[in-house]
Amino acid sequence: MRAISWIAVNVFKESVRDRVPYNLALFAVLLIAASFLLGQLTAGQDVKIIKDLGLAAIAVFGLFIAIFIGIGLVSKEVERRSIYSLLSKPISRPQFIVGKYAGLVLTLAANVAVMTVALYAVLGYLTYIQTPAARSAWDAPGVDPRLLEAIGLIFVELMIVTAIALFFSTFSTPLLAAALTFGLFIVGHFNTDLKNFDKIVDSLPAVWLARGVYHTVPDFSAFDIKTEVVHGLPVAAGYIGTTVGYGFAYIAALLVVSVLVFARRDFK
Amino acid sequence: MAAISIDGLTKDYQVGFWRKRPYRALDGLSLEVQPGEIFGFLGPNGAGKTTTLKLLMQLIFPTSGRAEILGRPVGDVGARQRIGYLPENPYFYDYLTAEELLQYFANLFGYSRSEARTRAARLLDRVGIGAERRRQQLRKYSKGMIQRVGIAQTLLNDPEVIFLDEPMSGLDPLGRREVRSLILELRDQGRTVFFSSHILSDAEALCSRVAVVAGGRLAATGRLSDMLAFEIRGWELVIADLRPEVLARITGQLQKTTEISPQRYALELPLQVPPERLLADLTATGARLVSLNPIRDTLEDFFVRRVAEFGEGARAPRKGFDAGD
Repeated sequence: MRAISWIAVNVFKESVRDRVPYNLALFAVLLIAASFLLGQLTAGQDVKIIKDLGLAAIAVFGLFIAIFIGIGLVSKEVERRSIYSLLSKPISRPQFIVGKYAGLVLTLAANVAVMTVALYAVLGYLTYIQTPAARSAWDAPGVDPRLLEAIGLIFVELMIVTAIALFFSTFSTPLLAAALTFGLFIVGHFNTDLKNFDKIVDSLPAVWLARGVYHTVPDFSAFDIKTEVVHGLPVAAGYIGTTVGYGFAYIAALLVVSVLVFARRDFK
Repeated sequence: MAAISIDGLTKDYQVGFWRKRPYRALDGLSLEVQPGEIFGFLGPNGAGKTTTLKLLMQLIFPTSGRAEILGRPVGDVGARQRIGYLPENPYFYDYLTAEELLQYFANLFGYSRSEARTRAARLLDRVGIGAERRRQQLRKYSKGMIQRVGIAQTLLNDPEVIFLDEPMSGLDPLGRREVRSLILELRDQGRTVFFSSHILSDAEALCSRVAVVAGGRLAATGRLSDMLAFEIRGWELVIADLRPEVLARITGQLQKTTEISPQRYALELPLQVPPERLLADLTATGARLVSLNPIRDTLEDFFVRRVAEFGEGARAPRKGFDAGD
Protein backbone atom coordinates (compact mmCIF):
# COMPACT_ATOMS: atom_id res chain seq x y z
CA MET A 1 0.00 0.00 0.00
CA ARG A 2 2.87 2.36 0.83
CA ALA A 3 4.50 1.64 -2.54
CA ILE A 4 1.23 2.53 -4.30
CA SER A 5 1.00 5.82 -2.44
CA TRP A 6 4.63 6.72 -3.28
CA ILE A 7 4.02 6.01 -6.96
CA ALA A 8 0.82 8.08 -6.82
CA VAL A 9 2.61 10.99 -5.18
CA ASN A 10 5.26 10.86 -7.89
CA VAL A 11 2.60 10.99 -10.65
CA PHE A 12 1.04 13.98 -8.91
CA LYS A 13 4.45 15.65 -8.65
CA GLU A 14 5.08 15.05 -12.36
CA SER A 15 1.80 16.58 -13.44
CA VAL A 16 2.28 19.56 -11.14
CA ARG A 17 5.81 20.17 -12.48
CA ASP A 18 4.65 19.77 -16.07
CA ARG A 19 2.30 22.68 -15.29
CA VAL A 20 -0.40 21.27 -17.59
CA PRO A 21 -3.10 21.05 -14.92
CA TYR A 22 -2.33 24.58 -13.81
CA ASN A 23 -2.87 25.88 -17.31
CA LEU A 24 -6.08 23.96 -17.69
CA ALA A 25 -7.34 25.12 -14.31
CA LEU A 26 -6.46 28.66 -15.27
CA PHE A 27 -8.44 28.31 -18.49
CA ALA A 28 -11.37 26.96 -16.53
CA VAL A 29 -11.22 29.88 -14.14
CA LEU A 30 -11.10 32.28 -17.09
CA LEU A 31 -14.08 30.53 -18.65
CA ILE A 32 -16.05 30.84 -15.45
CA ALA A 33 -15.16 34.51 -15.33
CA ALA A 34 -16.29 34.88 -18.94
CA SER A 35 -19.57 33.18 -18.12
CA PHE A 36 -20.06 35.74 -15.37
CA LEU A 37 -19.66 38.56 -17.91
CA LEU A 38 -22.03 36.76 -20.26
CA GLY A 39 -24.53 36.46 -17.43
CA GLN A 40 -24.57 40.24 -17.12
CA LEU A 41 -26.05 40.44 -20.61
CA THR A 42 -28.92 38.00 -20.02
CA ALA A 43 -31.41 39.34 -17.53
CA GLY A 44 -32.60 36.83 -14.94
CA GLN A 45 -30.71 33.90 -16.49
CA ASP A 46 -27.23 34.85 -15.31
CA VAL A 47 -26.99 32.37 -12.43
CA LYS A 48 -28.11 29.46 -14.63
CA ILE A 49 -25.63 30.37 -17.35
CA ILE A 50 -22.81 30.57 -14.84
CA LYS A 51 -23.73 27.21 -13.32
CA ASP A 52 -24.09 25.61 -16.77
CA LEU A 53 -20.85 26.95 -18.15
CA GLY A 54 -19.01 26.33 -14.88
CA LEU A 55 -20.04 22.68 -14.69
CA ALA A 56 -19.32 22.18 -18.40
CA ALA A 57 -15.87 23.75 -17.95
CA ILE A 58 -15.09 21.44 -15.05
CA ALA A 59 -16.15 18.43 -17.16
CA VAL A 60 -14.26 19.49 -20.31
CA PHE A 61 -11.02 20.57 -18.67
CA GLY A 62 -11.13 17.54 -16.41
CA LEU A 63 -11.55 15.41 -19.54
CA PHE A 64 -8.46 16.98 -21.12
CA ILE A 65 -6.42 16.24 -18.02
CA ALA A 66 -7.74 12.69 -17.75
CA ILE A 67 -7.03 11.87 -21.40
CA PHE A 68 -3.80 13.72 -22.04
CA ILE A 69 -2.06 12.69 -18.86
CA GLY A 70 -3.74 9.29 -18.68
CA ILE A 71 -2.56 8.14 -22.10
CA GLY A 72 1.08 8.74 -21.16
CA LEU A 73 0.91 7.22 -17.69
CA VAL A 74 2.38 3.87 -18.69
CA SER A 75 3.51 4.35 -22.28
CA LYS A 76 5.80 7.27 -21.39
CA GLU A 77 7.49 5.18 -18.72
CA VAL A 78 8.07 2.40 -21.25
CA GLU A 79 9.17 4.69 -24.08
CA ARG A 80 11.64 6.59 -21.92
CA ARG A 81 12.75 3.39 -20.17
CA SER A 82 12.31 4.87 -16.70
CA ILE A 83 10.26 1.77 -15.97
CA TYR A 84 13.44 -0.36 -16.00
CA SER A 85 14.72 1.17 -12.78
CA LEU A 86 11.29 1.39 -11.21
CA LEU A 87 10.26 -2.24 -11.74
CA SER A 88 13.59 -3.49 -10.40
CA LYS A 89 12.52 -2.09 -7.03
CA PRO A 90 10.40 -4.22 -4.69
CA ILE A 91 7.08 -3.33 -6.28
CA SER A 92 4.77 -5.54 -8.28
CA ARG A 93 3.28 -4.66 -11.64
CA PRO A 94 -0.26 -4.42 -10.19
CA GLN A 95 1.07 -1.95 -7.60
CA PHE A 96 2.62 0.08 -10.41
CA ILE A 97 -0.68 0.24 -12.33
CA VAL A 98 -2.80 1.09 -9.30
CA GLY A 99 -0.24 3.67 -8.10
CA LYS A 100 -0.20 5.36 -11.50
CA TYR A 101 -3.99 5.44 -11.56
CA ALA A 102 -4.25 6.79 -8.02
CA GLY A 103 -1.73 9.52 -8.86
CA LEU A 104 -3.75 10.79 -11.79
CA VAL A 105 -6.98 10.64 -9.79
CA LEU A 106 -5.22 12.73 -7.14
CA THR A 107 -4.21 15.25 -9.83
CA LEU A 108 -7.77 15.33 -11.14
CA ALA A 109 -9.17 15.77 -7.65
CA ALA A 110 -6.90 18.76 -7.02
CA ASN A 111 -7.88 20.34 -10.32
CA VAL A 112 -11.59 19.71 -9.91
CA ALA A 113 -11.35 21.13 -6.40
CA VAL A 114 -9.70 24.32 -7.69
CA MET A 115 -12.34 24.71 -10.40
CA THR A 116 -15.15 24.04 -7.90
CA VAL A 117 -13.87 26.68 -5.53
CA ALA A 118 -13.62 29.14 -8.45
CA LEU A 119 -17.20 28.37 -9.51
CA TYR A 120 -18.56 28.81 -5.99
CA ALA A 121 -16.62 32.06 -5.63
CA VAL A 122 -18.25 33.47 -8.77
CA LEU A 123 -21.69 32.28 -7.65
CA GLY A 124 -21.12 33.69 -4.15
CA TYR A 125 -20.23 37.07 -5.59
CA LEU A 126 -23.30 37.01 -7.85
CA THR A 127 -25.55 36.16 -4.92
CA TYR A 128 -23.98 38.94 -2.90
CA ILE A 129 -24.63 41.64 -5.52
CA GLN A 130 -28.21 40.59 -6.32
CA THR A 131 -31.25 41.99 -4.55
CA PRO A 132 -33.30 39.59 -2.40
CA ALA A 133 -36.16 39.96 -4.91
CA ALA A 134 -33.95 38.85 -7.81
CA ARG A 135 -32.58 35.94 -5.75
CA SER A 136 -36.09 34.73 -4.92
CA ALA A 137 -36.83 34.37 -8.65
CA TRP A 138 -34.04 31.80 -9.08
CA ASP A 139 -34.95 28.08 -9.45
CA ALA A 140 -32.22 27.15 -6.99
CA PRO A 141 -29.98 29.08 -4.59
CA GLY A 142 -26.91 30.74 -6.11
CA VAL A 143 -24.42 29.00 -3.84
CA ASP A 144 -26.23 25.70 -4.21
CA PRO A 145 -24.67 22.74 -2.32
CA ARG A 146 -26.40 20.46 -4.85
CA LEU A 147 -23.81 21.56 -7.41
CA LEU A 148 -21.51 19.21 -5.54
CA GLU A 149 -23.75 16.29 -6.57
CA ALA A 150 -23.22 17.18 -10.24
CA ILE A 151 -19.51 17.80 -9.69
CA GLY A 152 -19.22 14.51 -7.79
CA LEU A 153 -20.68 12.57 -10.71
CA ILE A 154 -18.47 14.50 -13.17
CA PHE A 155 -15.50 13.45 -11.04
CA VAL A 156 -16.53 9.76 -11.09
CA GLU A 157 -16.98 10.05 -14.86
CA LEU A 158 -13.47 11.50 -15.14
CA MET A 159 -12.17 8.64 -13.01
CA ILE A 160 -13.64 6.20 -15.55
CA VAL A 161 -12.08 8.13 -18.45
CA THR A 162 -8.73 7.99 -16.61
CA ALA A 163 -9.08 4.23 -16.16
CA ILE A 164 -9.88 3.85 -19.88
CA ALA A 165 -6.86 5.99 -20.85
CA LEU A 166 -4.66 3.99 -18.50
CA PHE A 167 -5.95 0.71 -19.94
CA PHE A 168 -5.11 1.76 -23.51
CA SER A 169 -1.80 3.14 -22.29
CA THR A 170 -0.75 -0.33 -21.10
CA PHE A 171 -0.46 -1.68 -24.65
CA SER A 172 -0.68 1.10 -27.25
CA THR A 173 0.98 4.34 -28.26
CA PRO A 174 -0.15 7.64 -26.69
CA LEU A 175 -1.74 8.83 -29.95
CA LEU A 176 -3.75 5.66 -30.44
CA ALA A 177 -4.67 5.58 -26.76
CA ALA A 178 -5.93 9.19 -27.00
CA ALA A 179 -8.02 8.40 -30.09
CA LEU A 180 -9.49 5.24 -28.55
CA THR A 181 -10.24 6.91 -25.21
CA PHE A 182 -11.86 9.90 -26.82
CA GLY A 183 -13.83 7.64 -29.17
CA LEU A 184 -15.07 5.57 -26.26
CA PHE A 185 -16.00 8.74 -24.39
CA ILE A 186 -18.13 9.93 -27.31
CA VAL A 187 -19.78 6.53 -27.80
CA GLY A 188 -20.40 6.37 -24.04
CA HIS A 189 -22.38 9.59 -24.16
CA PHE A 190 -24.70 8.17 -26.81
CA ASN A 191 -25.00 4.81 -25.12
CA THR A 192 -28.73 5.12 -24.43
CA ASP A 193 -29.35 5.27 -28.18
CA LEU A 194 -27.63 1.90 -28.55
CA LYS A 195 -29.97 0.43 -25.95
CA ASN A 196 -33.00 1.40 -28.04
CA PHE A 197 -31.44 0.37 -31.35
CA ASP A 198 -34.07 -2.36 -31.92
CA LYS A 199 -36.75 0.32 -32.22
CA ILE A 200 -35.19 1.79 -35.35
CA VAL A 201 -33.38 -1.18 -36.96
CA ASP A 202 -34.81 -4.58 -37.97
CA SER A 203 -31.52 -6.46 -38.51
CA LEU A 204 -31.05 -8.84 -35.58
CA PRO A 205 -27.20 -8.99 -35.80
CA ALA A 206 -27.06 -5.19 -35.80
CA VAL A 207 -29.30 -5.07 -32.74
CA TRP A 208 -27.16 -7.69 -30.98
CA LEU A 209 -24.02 -5.73 -31.85
CA ALA A 210 -25.55 -2.53 -30.51
CA ARG A 211 -26.62 -4.34 -27.34
CA GLY A 212 -23.09 -5.74 -26.95
CA VAL A 213 -21.56 -2.30 -27.30
CA TYR A 214 -24.17 -0.90 -24.89
CA HIS A 215 -23.20 -3.40 -22.23
CA THR A 216 -19.43 -2.99 -22.81
CA VAL A 217 -19.03 0.77 -23.17
CA PRO A 218 -19.67 2.85 -20.03
CA ASP A 219 -22.88 4.82 -20.02
CA PHE A 220 -21.48 8.31 -19.51
CA SER A 221 -24.86 9.99 -19.97
CA ALA A 222 -25.87 8.54 -16.60
CA PHE A 223 -23.33 10.81 -14.93
CA ASP A 224 -24.78 13.98 -16.40
CA ILE A 225 -27.20 15.58 -13.93
CA LYS A 226 -26.14 19.14 -14.75
CA THR A 227 -29.54 20.17 -16.13
CA GLU A 228 -31.43 18.87 -13.09
CA VAL A 229 -29.09 20.58 -10.65
CA VAL A 230 -29.00 23.91 -12.50
CA HIS A 231 -32.80 24.03 -12.77
CA GLY A 232 -33.37 22.89 -9.21
CA LEU A 233 -35.04 19.62 -10.27
CA PRO A 234 -34.86 16.70 -7.83
CA VAL A 235 -32.36 13.85 -8.29
CA ALA A 236 -32.97 10.80 -6.13
CA ALA A 237 -30.18 9.96 -3.69
CA GLY A 238 -30.55 6.34 -4.75
CA TYR A 239 -29.83 7.29 -8.36
CA ILE A 240 -26.60 9.05 -7.41
CA GLY A 241 -25.55 6.13 -5.21
CA THR A 242 -26.27 3.57 -7.93
CA THR A 243 -24.46 5.61 -10.57
CA VAL A 244 -21.40 6.04 -8.35
CA GLY A 245 -21.46 2.29 -7.62
CA TYR A 246 -21.72 1.56 -11.36
CA GLY A 247 -18.77 3.89 -11.98
CA PHE A 248 -16.60 2.25 -9.32
CA ALA A 249 -17.46 -1.24 -10.61
CA TYR A 250 -16.46 -0.16 -14.11
CA ILE A 251 -13.20 1.36 -12.84
CA ALA A 252 -12.39 -1.81 -10.88
CA ALA A 253 -13.01 -3.94 -13.98
CA LEU A 254 -10.80 -1.68 -16.11
CA LEU A 255 -7.98 -1.76 -13.56
CA VAL A 256 -8.15 -5.56 -13.36
CA VAL A 257 -7.94 -5.85 -17.16
CA SER A 258 -5.10 -3.27 -17.26
CA VAL A 259 -3.19 -5.26 -14.64
CA LEU A 260 -3.74 -8.50 -16.59
CA VAL A 261 -2.51 -6.94 -19.85
CA PHE A 262 0.46 -5.30 -18.14
CA ALA A 263 1.42 -8.33 -16.05
CA ARG A 264 2.87 -10.28 -19.00
CA ARG A 265 4.13 -7.41 -21.09
CA ASP A 266 7.75 -7.45 -22.31
CA PHE A 267 9.66 -4.18 -22.16
CA LYS A 268 12.00 -4.54 -25.13
CA MET B 1 23.78 -21.44 -2.80
CA ALA B 2 24.69 -19.51 -5.95
CA ALA B 3 23.99 -15.79 -5.94
CA ILE B 4 22.69 -16.04 -9.49
CA SER B 5 21.65 -19.23 -11.21
CA ILE B 6 20.57 -19.30 -14.85
CA ASP B 7 19.35 -22.50 -16.45
CA GLY B 8 18.63 -22.81 -20.17
CA LEU B 9 17.31 -19.27 -20.48
CA THR B 10 15.93 -18.66 -23.96
CA LYS B 11 14.17 -15.63 -25.37
CA ASP B 12 12.39 -15.46 -28.71
CA TYR B 13 10.81 -12.33 -30.13
CA GLN B 14 8.32 -12.08 -32.93
CA VAL B 15 9.65 -9.69 -35.55
CA GLY B 16 8.18 -8.30 -38.74
CA PHE B 17 5.05 -6.23 -39.20
CA TRP B 18 2.77 -8.34 -41.37
CA ARG B 19 4.46 -11.72 -41.46
CA LYS B 20 5.66 -12.35 -37.95
CA ARG B 21 8.67 -14.61 -37.63
CA PRO B 22 10.51 -15.69 -34.50
CA TYR B 23 13.87 -14.22 -33.68
CA ARG B 24 16.03 -15.84 -30.99
CA ALA B 25 17.77 -13.17 -28.91
CA LEU B 26 19.04 -15.58 -26.27
CA ASP B 27 19.59 -19.28 -26.77
CA GLY B 28 19.73 -21.67 -23.81
CA LEU B 29 21.99 -19.62 -21.56
CA SER B 30 23.13 -21.45 -18.41
CA LEU B 31 25.56 -20.15 -15.84
CA GLU B 32 26.09 -19.65 -12.13
CA VAL B 33 27.60 -16.76 -10.23
CA GLN B 34 28.88 -17.38 -6.72
CA PRO B 35 28.43 -14.95 -3.80
CA GLY B 36 31.18 -12.34 -3.53
CA GLU B 37 32.26 -12.64 -7.17
CA ILE B 38 32.70 -9.86 -9.66
CA PHE B 39 31.31 -11.56 -12.71
CA GLY B 40 31.81 -10.02 -16.14
CA PHE B 41 29.16 -10.67 -18.73
CA LEU B 42 30.90 -9.88 -21.97
CA GLY B 43 29.99 -9.74 -25.58
CA PRO B 44 29.87 -7.40 -28.53
CA ASN B 45 26.87 -5.18 -29.13
CA GLY B 46 23.79 -7.24 -29.90
CA ALA B 47 25.10 -10.42 -28.27
CA GLY B 48 22.26 -10.80 -25.78
CA LYS B 49 23.72 -9.15 -22.67
CA THR B 50 20.92 -6.67 -22.06
CA THR B 51 18.32 -9.31 -22.93
CA THR B 52 19.77 -11.50 -20.18
CA LEU B 53 19.74 -8.68 -17.66
CA LYS B 54 16.17 -7.77 -18.55
CA LEU B 55 15.18 -11.41 -18.07
CA LEU B 56 16.86 -11.39 -14.65
CA MET B 57 14.92 -8.24 -13.73
CA GLN B 58 11.75 -9.73 -15.26
CA LEU B 59 11.35 -6.76 -17.53
CA ILE B 60 10.84 -9.41 -20.20
CA PHE B 61 9.68 -13.00 -19.81
CA PRO B 62 11.64 -16.04 -21.01
CA THR B 63 10.39 -18.27 -23.79
CA SER B 64 11.90 -21.16 -21.84
CA GLY B 65 14.38 -21.79 -19.04
CA ARG B 66 14.53 -20.35 -15.58
CA ALA B 67 16.69 -18.17 -13.37
CA GLU B 68 17.08 -17.58 -9.66
CA ILE B 69 18.63 -14.75 -7.68
CA LEU B 70 19.67 -15.56 -4.11
CA GLY B 71 17.73 -18.81 -4.36
CA ARG B 72 14.46 -17.16 -5.32
CA PRO B 73 12.87 -17.07 -8.76
CA VAL B 74 13.36 -13.87 -10.72
CA GLY B 75 10.39 -11.58 -10.37
CA ASP B 76 10.03 -12.40 -6.69
CA VAL B 77 9.29 -9.00 -5.17
CA GLY B 78 11.01 -9.99 -1.90
CA ALA B 79 14.23 -10.84 -3.76
CA ARG B 80 14.24 -7.35 -5.30
CA GLN B 81 14.64 -5.98 -1.79
CA ARG B 82 18.14 -7.47 -1.87
CA ILE B 83 19.31 -6.53 -5.36
CA GLY B 84 20.35 -3.40 -7.22
CA TYR B 85 20.10 -2.80 -10.96
CA LEU B 86 21.59 -0.19 -13.25
CA PRO B 87 20.04 -0.33 -16.74
CA GLU B 88 22.04 0.46 -19.86
CA ASN B 89 21.89 4.20 -20.65
CA PRO B 90 19.49 4.81 -17.78
CA TYR B 91 16.75 7.38 -17.92
CA PHE B 92 15.14 8.79 -14.83
CA TYR B 93 12.28 11.20 -14.21
CA ASP B 94 13.79 14.44 -15.44
CA TYR B 95 11.36 16.61 -13.48
CA LEU B 96 12.87 15.31 -10.23
CA THR B 97 16.13 16.38 -8.68
CA ALA B 98 18.77 13.73 -7.98
CA GLU B 99 17.93 14.02 -4.29
CA GLU B 100 14.20 13.54 -4.89
CA LEU B 101 14.74 10.58 -7.23
CA LEU B 102 16.89 8.73 -4.73
CA GLN B 103 14.49 9.50 -1.89
CA TYR B 104 11.57 8.26 -4.01
CA PHE B 105 13.34 4.99 -4.78
CA ALA B 106 14.43 4.64 -1.14
CA ASN B 107 10.79 5.06 -0.10
CA LEU B 108 9.87 2.21 -2.47
CA PHE B 109 12.31 0.04 -0.54
CA GLY B 110 10.29 0.87 2.57
CA TYR B 111 12.70 3.28 4.23
CA SER B 112 11.26 6.12 6.31
CA ARG B 113 11.50 9.69 5.02
CA SER B 114 14.47 10.52 7.24
CA GLU B 115 16.29 7.28 6.41
CA ALA B 116 15.61 7.87 2.69
CA ARG B 117 17.09 11.36 2.97
CA THR B 118 20.17 10.06 4.78
CA ARG B 119 20.78 7.28 2.25
CA ALA B 120 20.24 9.59 -0.73
CA ALA B 121 22.71 12.15 0.64
CA ARG B 122 25.33 9.52 1.46
CA LEU B 123 25.18 7.92 -1.98
CA LEU B 124 25.19 11.20 -3.87
CA ASP B 125 28.32 12.09 -1.92
CA ARG B 126 29.75 8.69 -2.85
CA VAL B 127 29.23 9.18 -6.60
CA GLY B 128 30.49 12.77 -6.53
CA ILE B 129 27.25 14.73 -7.06
CA GLY B 130 27.80 17.90 -5.03
CA ALA B 131 25.28 19.55 -2.72
CA GLU B 132 24.33 22.20 -5.26
CA ARG B 133 23.93 19.88 -8.25
CA ARG B 134 21.79 17.37 -6.42
CA ARG B 135 19.04 19.99 -6.05
CA GLN B 136 18.85 20.55 -9.81
CA GLN B 137 16.30 18.73 -11.96
CA LEU B 138 17.77 15.75 -13.80
CA ARG B 139 16.89 17.32 -17.16
CA LYS B 140 19.89 19.60 -16.57
CA TYR B 141 22.30 16.69 -16.06
CA SER B 142 24.88 15.43 -18.53
CA LYS B 143 24.95 11.77 -19.57
CA GLY B 144 27.85 11.09 -17.22
CA MET B 145 26.03 12.71 -14.29
CA ILE B 146 22.92 10.64 -15.01
CA GLN B 147 25.10 7.53 -15.01
CA ARG B 148 26.44 8.51 -11.58
CA VAL B 149 22.89 9.00 -10.28
CA GLY B 150 22.06 5.62 -11.79
CA ILE B 151 24.89 3.99 -9.89
CA ALA B 152 23.78 5.71 -6.68
CA GLN B 153 20.18 4.42 -7.01
CA THR B 154 21.57 0.91 -7.54
CA LEU B 155 23.12 0.96 -4.08
CA LEU B 156 20.25 2.53 -2.09
CA ASN B 157 19.24 -0.69 -0.35
CA ASP B 158 22.76 -2.02 0.37
CA PRO B 159 22.08 -4.80 -2.15
CA GLU B 160 23.65 -8.24 -1.86
CA VAL B 161 23.67 -8.70 -5.63
CA ILE B 162 24.29 -5.80 -7.99
CA PHE B 163 23.51 -5.89 -11.71
CA LEU B 164 25.23 -3.25 -13.80
CA ASP B 165 24.49 -3.00 -17.52
CA GLU B 166 27.42 -1.24 -19.20
CA PRO B 167 28.24 0.79 -16.07
CA MET B 168 31.14 2.68 -17.69
CA SER B 169 28.97 3.97 -20.50
CA GLY B 170 28.96 7.75 -20.77
CA LEU B 171 31.66 8.23 -18.14
CA ASP B 172 34.88 10.16 -18.62
CA PRO B 173 38.21 8.49 -17.72
CA LEU B 174 38.04 9.77 -14.15
CA GLY B 175 34.47 8.51 -13.80
CA ARG B 176 35.47 5.10 -15.17
CA ARG B 177 38.26 4.85 -12.65
CA GLU B 178 35.88 5.79 -9.85
CA VAL B 179 33.37 3.17 -10.92
CA ARG B 180 36.08 0.55 -11.10
CA SER B 181 37.18 1.36 -7.57
CA LEU B 182 33.55 1.35 -6.42
CA ILE B 183 33.01 -2.13 -7.89
CA LEU B 184 36.13 -3.41 -6.13
CA GLU B 185 34.94 -1.81 -2.91
CA LEU B 186 31.59 -3.59 -3.26
CA ARG B 187 33.40 -6.89 -3.70
CA ASP B 188 35.47 -6.20 -0.58
CA GLN B 189 32.19 -5.71 1.29
CA GLY B 190 31.20 -9.24 0.22
CA ARG B 191 28.65 -8.22 -2.40
CA THR B 192 28.18 -9.97 -5.72
CA VAL B 193 28.57 -7.84 -8.82
CA PHE B 194 27.29 -8.98 -12.21
CA PHE B 195 28.20 -6.49 -14.87
CA SER B 196 27.89 -6.48 -18.61
CA SER B 197 30.38 -4.83 -20.87
CA HIS B 198 31.70 -4.96 -24.40
CA ILE B 199 35.04 -3.59 -23.26
CA LEU B 200 37.57 -6.30 -22.46
CA SER B 201 39.86 -4.09 -20.38
CA ASP B 202 37.05 -3.38 -17.87
CA ALA B 203 36.65 -7.10 -17.32
CA GLU B 204 40.37 -7.66 -17.05
CA ALA B 205 40.69 -5.02 -14.39
CA LEU B 206 37.81 -6.25 -12.26
CA CYS B 207 36.44 -9.70 -12.86
CA SER B 208 37.15 -12.91 -11.05
CA ARG B 209 35.23 -14.78 -13.77
CA VAL B 210 33.54 -13.91 -17.00
CA ALA B 211 31.04 -15.33 -19.46
CA VAL B 212 31.28 -14.39 -23.10
CA VAL B 213 28.09 -14.37 -25.15
CA ALA B 214 27.97 -14.21 -28.90
CA GLY B 215 24.83 -14.25 -31.00
CA GLY B 216 22.68 -15.05 -27.98
CA ARG B 217 24.74 -18.11 -27.02
CA LEU B 218 27.25 -18.69 -24.28
CA ALA B 219 30.56 -18.84 -26.11
CA ALA B 220 32.92 -19.24 -23.17
CA THR B 221 32.98 -18.99 -19.40
CA GLY B 222 35.70 -19.02 -16.78
CA ARG B 223 38.68 -16.91 -15.84
CA LEU B 224 39.56 -14.43 -18.54
CA SER B 225 43.25 -15.24 -18.22
CA ASP B 226 42.49 -18.94 -18.79
CA MET B 227 40.56 -18.38 -21.97
CA LEU B 228 42.56 -19.40 -25.00
CA ALA B 229 40.69 -16.88 -27.07
CA PHE B 230 42.13 -14.04 -25.06
CA GLU B 231 45.71 -15.29 -24.71
CA ILE B 232 48.37 -12.77 -25.47
CA ARG B 233 49.57 -13.08 -29.08
CA GLY B 234 52.45 -10.64 -28.84
CA TRP B 235 53.48 -7.18 -27.63
CA GLU B 236 53.12 -3.68 -28.91
CA LEU B 237 55.80 -1.17 -27.95
CA VAL B 238 55.52 2.50 -28.74
CA ILE B 239 59.03 3.96 -28.83
CA ALA B 240 60.12 7.58 -29.23
CA ASP B 241 63.52 8.96 -30.33
CA LEU B 242 64.23 5.76 -32.24
CA ARG B 243 66.96 6.41 -34.78
CA PRO B 244 66.50 4.83 -38.26
CA GLU B 245 69.76 2.87 -38.09
CA VAL B 246 68.70 1.31 -34.77
CA LEU B 247 65.32 0.44 -36.23
CA ALA B 248 66.99 -1.17 -39.24
CA ARG B 249 69.09 -3.34 -36.87
CA ILE B 250 66.08 -4.75 -34.99
CA THR B 251 63.63 -5.07 -37.90
CA GLY B 252 64.28 -8.82 -38.13
CA GLN B 253 62.82 -9.38 -34.66
CA LEU B 254 59.60 -7.49 -35.39
CA GLN B 255 56.27 -8.61 -36.82
CA LYS B 256 55.21 -5.18 -37.90
CA THR B 257 56.44 -1.61 -37.73
CA THR B 258 54.28 1.47 -37.99
CA GLU B 259 55.71 4.98 -38.07
CA ILE B 260 53.53 7.27 -35.94
CA SER B 261 55.64 10.41 -36.41
CA PRO B 262 59.34 11.05 -37.11
CA GLN B 263 61.44 8.81 -34.82
CA ARG B 264 58.26 7.54 -33.07
CA TYR B 265 57.21 4.01 -33.92
CA ALA B 266 54.72 1.31 -32.91
CA LEU B 267 56.61 -1.99 -32.93
CA GLU B 268 54.84 -5.34 -32.83
CA LEU B 269 56.81 -8.21 -31.29
CA PRO B 270 55.91 -11.90 -31.49
CA LEU B 271 55.16 -13.55 -28.16
CA GLN B 272 58.42 -15.54 -28.09
CA VAL B 273 60.57 -12.38 -28.14
CA PRO B 274 60.75 -11.02 -24.58
CA PRO B 275 60.00 -7.27 -24.74
CA GLU B 276 62.28 -6.58 -21.75
CA ARG B 277 65.45 -7.53 -23.70
CA LEU B 278 64.57 -5.46 -26.76
CA LEU B 279 63.59 -2.58 -24.53
CA ALA B 280 66.95 -2.70 -22.77
CA ASP B 281 68.75 -2.62 -26.15
CA LEU B 282 66.70 0.32 -27.37
CA THR B 283 66.99 2.44 -24.25
CA ALA B 284 70.76 1.96 -24.41
CA THR B 285 70.68 3.79 -27.79
CA GLY B 286 68.77 6.75 -26.32
CA ALA B 287 65.25 5.65 -27.35
CA ARG B 288 62.38 6.13 -24.91
CA LEU B 289 59.51 3.78 -24.07
CA VAL B 290 56.11 5.46 -24.49
CA SER B 291 53.91 2.43 -23.88
CA LEU B 292 53.97 -1.37 -23.76
CA ASN B 293 50.78 -3.35 -24.28
CA PRO B 294 49.96 -7.00 -24.85
CA ILE B 295 48.33 -7.83 -28.19
CA ARG B 296 45.28 -10.05 -27.90
CA ASP B 297 42.00 -10.66 -29.66
CA THR B 298 39.24 -8.17 -29.01
CA LEU B 299 35.74 -9.36 -28.20
CA GLU B 300 34.82 -8.49 -31.75
CA ASP B 301 37.61 -10.77 -33.13
CA PHE B 302 36.41 -13.50 -30.82
CA PHE B 303 32.83 -12.98 -31.90
CA VAL B 304 33.67 -13.12 -35.61
CA ARG B 305 35.41 -16.46 -35.02
CA ARG B 306 32.40 -17.81 -33.10
CA VAL B 307 30.08 -16.83 -35.92
CA ALA B 308 32.27 -18.87 -38.23
CA GLU B 309 32.19 -21.81 -35.78
CA PHE B 310 28.45 -21.69 -35.01
CA GLY B 311 27.32 -20.78 -38.49
CA GLU B 312 24.24 -18.69 -39.19
CA GLY B 313 22.68 -19.40 -35.80
CA ALA B 314 25.27 -17.35 -34.01
CA ARG B 315 24.83 -14.27 -36.12
CA ALA B 316 24.32 -11.18 -34.03
CA PRO B 317 20.99 -9.40 -34.13
CA ARG B 318 20.86 -6.68 -36.73
CA LYS B 319 22.17 -3.32 -35.68
CA GLY B 320 19.39 -1.11 -34.45
CA PHE B 321 17.12 -4.02 -33.64
CA ASP B 322 16.15 -3.64 -30.02
CA ALA B 323 15.72 -7.29 -29.22
CA GLY B 324 19.37 -7.78 -28.38
CA ASP B 325 21.33 -5.10 -26.66
